[in-house]
Amino acid sequence: MKVRQATPVTSELADISTLARFDGEVICEPPNNKLDKFGGTLYWKENKFPLSNQNMLLRGCVLRNTEWCFGLVVFAGPDTKLMQNSGRTKFKRTSIDRLMNTLVLWIFGFLVCMGVILAIGNAIWEHEVGVCFQIYLPWDEGVHSAVFSGFLSFWSYIIILNTVVPISLYVSVEVIRLGHSYFINWDKKMYCAKRRTPAEARTTTLNEELGQVEYIFSDKTGTLTQNIMVFSKCSVNGHSYGDVQDVLGHNVELGERPEPVDFSFNPLADPGFQFWDPSLLEAVQLGDPHVHEFFRLLSLCHTVMSEEKSEGELYYKAQSPDEGALVTAARNFGFVFRSRTPKTITVHELGRAITYQLLAILDFNNIRKRMSVIVRSPEGKIRLYCKGADTILLERLHPSNQDLTNVTTDHLNEYAGEGLRTLVLACKDLEESYYEDWAERLRRASGAPEAREDRLARLYDEVERDMTLLGATAIEDKLQQGVPETIAILTLANIKIWVLTGDKQAPGSPCAETAVNIGYSCKMLTDDMTEVFVVTGHTVLEVREELRKAREKMMDGSRSMGNGFSYQEKLSSSKLTSVLEAIAGEYALVINGHSLAHALEADMEVEFLETACACKAVICCRVTPLQKAQVVELVKKYKKAVTLAIGDGANDVSMIKTAHIGVGISGQEGIQAVLASDYSFSQFKFLQRLLLVHGRWSYLRMCKFLCYFFYKNFAFTMVHFWFGFFCGFSAQTVYDQYFITLYNIVYTSLPVLAMGVFDQDVPEQRSMEYPKLYEPGQLNLLFNKREFFICIAQGIYTSVLMFFIPYGVFADATRDDGAQLADYQSFAVTVATSLVIVVSVQIGLDTGFWTAINHFFIWGSLAAYFAILFAMHSDGLFQMFPNQFRFVGNAQNTLAQPTVWLTIALTTVVCIMPVVAFRFLKLDLKPELSDTVRYTQLVRKKQKPQHRCARRGGCGGGSRRSGYAFSHQEGFGELIMSGKNMRLSSLALSGFTARPGAAWIETLRRKKGGESSPDTAAKG
Amino acid sequence: MAVNYSAKEEADGHPAGGGPGGGATAGGGGAVKTRKPDNTAFKQQRLPAWQPILTAGTVLPAFFIIGLIFIPIGIGIFVTSNNIREYEIDYTGVEPSSPCNKCLNVSWDSTPPCTCTINFTLEHSFESNVFMYYGLSNFYQNHRRYVKSRDDSQLNGDNSSLLNPSKECEPYRTNEDKPIAPCGAIANSMFNDTLELYHIENDTRTAITLIKKGIAWWTDKNVKFRNPKGDGNLTALFQGTTKPVNWPKPVYMLDSEPDNNGFINEDFIVWMRTAALPTFRKLYRLIERKSNLQPTLQAGKYSLDITYNYPVHSFDGRKRMILSTISWMGGKNPFLGIAYITVGSICFFLGVVLLIIHHKYGNRNTSADIPN
Repeated sequence: MKVRQATPVTSELADISTLARFDGEVICEPPNNKLDKFGGTLYWKENKFPLSNQNMLLRGCVLRNTEWCFGLVVFAGPDTKLMQNSGRTKFKRTSIDRLMNTLVLWIFGFLVCMGVILAIGNAIWEHEVGVCFQIYLPWDEGVHSAVFSGFLSFWSYIIILNTVVPISLYVSVEVIRLGHSYFINWDKKMYCAKRRTPAEARTTTLNEELGQVEYIFSDKTGTLTQNIMVFSKCSVNGHSYGDVQDVLGHNVELGERPEPVDFSFNPLADPGFQFWDPSLLEAVQLGDPHVHEFFRLLSLCHTVMSEEKSEGELYYKAQSPDEGALVTAARNFGFVFRSRTPKTITVHELGRAITYQLLAILDFNNIRKRMSVIVRSPEGKIRLYCKGADTILLERLHPSNQDLTNVTTDHLNEYAGEGLRTLVLACKDLEESYYEDWAERLRRASGAPEAREDRLARLYDEVERDMTLLGATAIEDKLQQGVPETIAILTLANIKIWVLTGDKQAPGSPCAETAVNIGYSCKMLTDDMTEVFVVTGHTVLEVREELRKAREKMMDGSRSMGNGFSYQEKLSSSKLTSVLEAIAGEYALVINGHSLAHALEADMEVEFLETACACKAVICCRVTPLQKAQVVELVKKYKKAVTLAIGDGANDVSMIKTAHIGVGISGQEGIQAVLASDYSFSQFKFLQRLLLVHGRWSYLRMCKFLCYFFYKNFAFTMVHFWFGFFCGFSAQTVYDQYFITLYNIVYTSLPVLAMGVFDQDVPEQRSMEYPKLYEPGQLNLLFNKREFFICIAQGIYTSVLMFFIPYGVFADATRDDGAQLADYQSFAVTVATSLVIVVSVQIGLDTGFWTAINHFFIWGSLAAYFAILFAMHSDGLFQMFPNQFRFVGNAQNTLAQPTVWLTIALTTVVCIMPVVAFRFLKLDLKPELSDTVRYTQLVRKKQKPQHRCARRGGCGGGSRRSGYAFSHQEGFGELIMSGKNMRLSSLALSGFTARPGAAWIETLRRKKGGESSPDTAAKG
Repeated sequence: MAVNYSAKEEADGHPAGGGPGGGATAGGGGAVKTRKPDNTAFKQQRLPAWQPILTAGTVLPAFFIIGLIFIPIGIGIFVTSNNIREYEIDYTGVEPSSPCNKCLNVSWDSTPPCTCTINFTLEHSFESNVFMYYGLSNFYQNHRRYVKSRDDSQLNGDNSSLLNPSKECEPYRTNEDKPIAPCGAIANSMFNDTLELYHIENDTRTAITLIKKGIAWWTDKNVKFRNPKGDGNLTALFQGTTKPVNWPKPVYMLDSEPDNNGFINEDFIVWMRTAALPTFRKLYRLIERKSNLQPTLQAGKYSLDITYNYPVHSFDGRKRMILSTISWMGGKNPFLGIAYITVGSICFFLGVVLLIIHHKYGNRNTSADIPN
């Protein structure tokens, strides 16, 4: 939300007739993509008026709290800033998509191979046999040689075998993804009741990749934190207020706070505001002038708008939540900012209404890191009130009160150590004459056509000097609900979380420390960690040295081969990676924005990445939007891992667009992030559900679907190939033409679609309880080239049996009425029926979650097969179209034969038996975690159904309170005491790693090692 | 003056910290449609479902049961198949010693037809009804061009198709500008050897009655194949058509009996039901058991008289005559029985192996993995 204002001179154009006579001219900068800057001048009535970004409504803005406005269009179409800014949006596809494309190409190749083999077969056959058989079957007209016949047969086989290429695959995959997207949209547990926003899958093509995420890049503000600021502490005249104390003056634990301070004396107080230290209110009521001046500053020096809906009911609309918090604090302590006009500010000071004349606002920006107001009090005194970052303001104080500065600095460090955002407040009296002179220069500067901003900055700089320190404020940045739990669970799921924060709203605080503290309270950093490396170097060499030291420490920690390793050797870099991957301890890396700029340079990026990836947690602070994208790009480039970026603001857009998956938090910072994102919801904690439940299921379903789909097409088509050897390679199909048409569309599509949409291996709450269940997706275990070949092999195996068992049976068989059994049509019906039954049984085996819909589709498909079979072979259709329905009477004649059913039963058992045996062995000897959980579920269902609910309820209640923690010790204690996470980690780590887990980790390491070594080798 | 006082929706949308549950009441004017997802089992993916798992308790019994079912079935089939009497003579005459060797290079239109006689002895008597087949080998009735070369509309008695057969019949569609009835390569290549069976007892040849009706499917004879509609005899109905090139006589002279003549001639129908594999047998005649006292075919000497019209030598084909009894599951079929016994045994064996593996190495039944 931004405040935009028309230039005051145009305010007279309030009705349409005057507006129509408007004849001004705007001269401005050429179209560009800078969203936060605009420079222009309005020439009207022989006067020049400056135009800045404050006067612009950019394309795509939505008016809030404004009923109408008139405007002048400056740029339109592709010249607008929005269009200038819309970078080339890359089309995102999942790795499975790319794999699928490769596989389809391979299948094409396979198809051509089969075609060639059969064509050669045909040529040989026609040459050896067909030539002689011409007495009964002459060659077609135009075919004069066996070779030409083989050529024709190649094309015929390409046509009849084309069903191996799963054309309908793409459509089905999209349908399944669409279904998954709807499930995300429909998820009640990802609905934020407070904001009334459900989760939204904005793209329908990335769902299964949600189950493969390895790196999460998260913004901090608005994503991890609520972007709600609470006035927490302050330091006035060397005295710190705000510590929560009990009667005896001891600091008390969180959770047993005493009653908050009673503000009932003040009718204008905000009932939502809470403060726990009564001494500050006492100081106000005792009339301490320092405290009064402190709050006066807070009530005057800001850009908040107030709205009074009814007497005494004030609403503040602030650009930044920090300001809102400060003004609200002043309000509750009796310095109520009541209303403002462009030239005045009215404040109720302890019940007395005082109107100050607002002379100038020296607004905040990222370079100045401070803002000031110049006001004239009713007594006529001109005063400058300033608030800003400690680093900036402390240098601009008058050197006289050094003692106070020192005390305040101590307080500031204390606050920053607690992860609070701090601001320093100062004021200065101005002489009337000096002000007049300064104001005149200001007027001239703001009218200047070029370099206006520079000139203004110089003027501001001049006046904001030699100020008197009033005090400091500390604002608490509230964490979003459930953030620590979510991060803990995601970490257990082996997802690495990197926090990339721009942190533009805490200008004063030492960034690294804030970030570290947020890290602790989010449980990204824990006291278990062996060491937290902080990289703050300003030069390339410093950064390189710091990174090098960090790695050396890690190597020493792992002890195995840490001695004498030379990092300069290029040879060693590949080894280095593998060593670093196997680091024993847990480390964390905190890196500053300017260090990151060096670390991201081409020659150091690999080094940086290796170091960072060896760490459990990485926090980058003060990074620019571009750097965010670069970090994501870096990981994407070298790690071949699926990345997810989550953020809420416009500065996260580039990162969201770069990552494989972008998630937008639809929160307070507008909708740019959401618009660029692939998924959006309103709370960070929903991420665990999106990944661990929806992503995991999507991946699982998609993999199962693909395996089955390839299997069924191969089983179906390869029968033609085998038959080719017995029909003179003549491209005769085994099945009835209608069966070929309907097989993929009717008989087998719906059961597998139902599986792809509804299948679940373990219930949703289990995937949260056992985050390790997420790993198969990261390792890409469920569908890869190996799995594909297994599916294909199974399909081919099935097709062999599907052809040769009926062949063996039918070769000499006769019906029970003596007639020949092995006629082509009976053979076709037998093979088709056993195929439909086998693939139905197979989908039954694959389906792990038989809902009513699955039952309906599977049984329905079988029923449909028989119904359609009998209909197609009925007398009626034949009478109408004798040449189209040649199989008349075939179904009832063939399916009445016991031999046929014995054949079908035999084929089914032989096709399915090895699959069952193999799967059983795998389950029995090397169960995946999901199998164990599933089995446990079954056992537990029989034992004690209600035990679980009680405990889960308890956890939910307990964790809410701990969602916010000041210090890492306490936060961590909460983690231990809540018991839930301990249980999680002990279960997921020890319980599982004990046995098959070791193998898992091995696989993981091998995979990573194998991947990173080619990269480094390529560089060398 | 247009001033936008914009701020957080939060601040103004929910004054005094409007509760989360207030959605229904706070909807300004009731026009705001709630975006809260429906709490239905379907949308929340909580549909009741059966979640089968392959456990030792289900898989192992399944293997044993399949084994225990398949083995007896296999034995049953095997025994049944072995009880079936079958006798087969290859009368192609490739071997110089064969009586039919002289006819080996016969052609379609040779007159007089070449005949030969083969004597054979049945070691065992055929007790029940006997089915007489002719078998062809290396004959590609399943070739794509062969299979499609017919006009079912014509064979169904459609008068327009009779005079204008489908293009699929090429090159056997017309002959000398007259439409061929029945058209196509299948009909053209119809098997036309005549087989006669004699029982030789004390040097007297007794002809065995061969029944030529009842050898085709009922649906073929009564639905699929129909003579052209109209009045008059078959000769008149087939007016304007010509016989297939290879045939010695037109379709309306295939048999003397009107209900076995023309397109509904059963030999013709049987031939038209093309075989799936290049080696096949087709039912030729039935030999019915006369009385309960005598077997249908006693053990003893027989002779087979062949009117050898059908050339197969040019493409290395073979011709056989087969005599066979049948059972509930059709003719002799050793494959099915053996396959059932094998598969049953493998299942049983696998069951045992899996049981051992499960007992020795399986860790499924340990409760170590089960939390609490």
